[in-house]
Amino acid sequence: MIDTRGLSCPTPVVMVQKAIKDGAPAKLEVLADAKVAVENVTRFAHSQGYQVEVTADGPDFKLTLTK
Amino acid sequence: MKENHWLRDHWLILLTGVVVGTAALILTAAGNPKNMGFCIACFERDIAGALGLHSAAKVQYIRPEIIGIVLGSLLAAVAAKEFRGRAGSSPACRFVLGLFVMIGALVFLGCPLRMVIRLGGGDLTAVAGLLGFVAGILVGIVFLKKGFSLGRAYSVRKGEGLMLPGVMVILLVLLVAAPQLLKFSEEGPGSMRAFWLVSLIAGLVVGALAQRSRLCMAGGLRDVFLLKDYTLLTGFLAIWVTVTVGNLIMGKYNFSAVSQPVAHSQYLWSFLGMALAGWGSILLGGCPLRQLILAGEGNGDSGVTVLGMIVGAAVAHNFGLAGNPDSVVDGIYKVGGIGTHGMVAVVLGFVVLLVISLLHLPGKEEA
Repeated sequence: MIDTRGLSCPTPVVMVQKAIKDGAPAKLEVLADAKVAVENVTRFAHSQGYQVEVTADGPDFKLTLTK
Repeated sequence: MKENHWLRDHWLILLTGVVVGTAALILTAAGNPKNMGFCIACFERDIAGALGLHSAAKVQYIRPEIIGIVLGSLLAAVAAKEFRGRAGSSPACRFVLGLFVMIGALVFLGCPLRMVIRLGGGDLTAVAGLLGFVAGILVGIVFLKKGFSLGRAYSVRKGEGLMLPGVMVILLVLLVAAPQLLKFSEEGPGSMRAFWLVSLIAGLVVGALAQRSRLCMAGGLRDVFLLKDYTLLTGFLAIWVTVTVGNLIMGKYNFSAVSQPVAHSQYLWSFLGMALAGWGSILLGGCPLRQLILAGEGNGDSGVTVLGMIVGAAVAHNFGLAGNPDSVVDGIYKVGGIGTHGMVAVVLGFVVLLVISLLHLPGKEEA
């Protein structure tokens, strides 16, 4: 699980970018607390061929990236 | 089909860019300085002057555009249920970064937004600023790739998130009800202003749209280089195209490197000033406009950054760091730019940014 909560733009995407670059996992879970981070990670994940499912996790968001 | 997808994903940022560009043209026609319909750095500098934080008599006014942007963002964020009090991500560093971003922008004579507006007016001197801005962003990206982060922000009480919007409300009340308490320019750029309500409404609209579309001048270029994502750059380009077309239609397009309004042709320092602003904006996570938007969304760290920028403007004018525009004196064209103090400040800014960048790489926190 990549916890991006509280991190300012574009660090959440950079963390996901690094995780994908390091191992291209078939599934990745990302925790975010801002809509903008959800949008940015989703856009980047789509560009890398991942499907993204977003679910509410209290005040936060859980993104599940699958290939 | 592909075009439809592109439009579906980009219509809001495109619309925002067109509206910002149009607002800049309208505000200029309504009285704001030429090629300065919207400039976050210049307008925060004017606010600093109006509050007596500096005494440069030509640049003092409470700019309602800034108030409108913050409050427009607040309203949009509340409507979208995105308002959330957050703070705690290296606020002191952000204050200092905001200060040097402002100094860099005032050396160039404009924030990244005004840089685009200047380019849209045909101002070729702004090309040096654009190149510097790109260079600064590339330096910032090097540190982002190495893991640079100012650390996490945490949820805080709404009152913290409402602090900068509250300050803006107070400024608006003072502007409308007690202007005699403030310092307003009687000549120079600070004296050139659209009617306050027009400026406020323009700010509100731009603030709301920029909050929804996430418009960011630094982010537009950063995402292209870092992620090959052109979304935010679309807004950047839409502003440029809109302002260019508008100026061409109104006969105000002046494709030249001389005699441009509130601009100087000291290219090296325009380049370095915007490099400082670009690098600082990347470290902060957004350009000066984006900091106002985030502050409206409840981000106390961005509120501190905005205050740092206002103090930076005061420092810039109290110590003669800001650029002077080119001018014509007795029929002779006089190149403006910055003096030794400004040059020292820019170099100091690079040193400070380098130290902050290095201190916030992974592994340094525990050391």
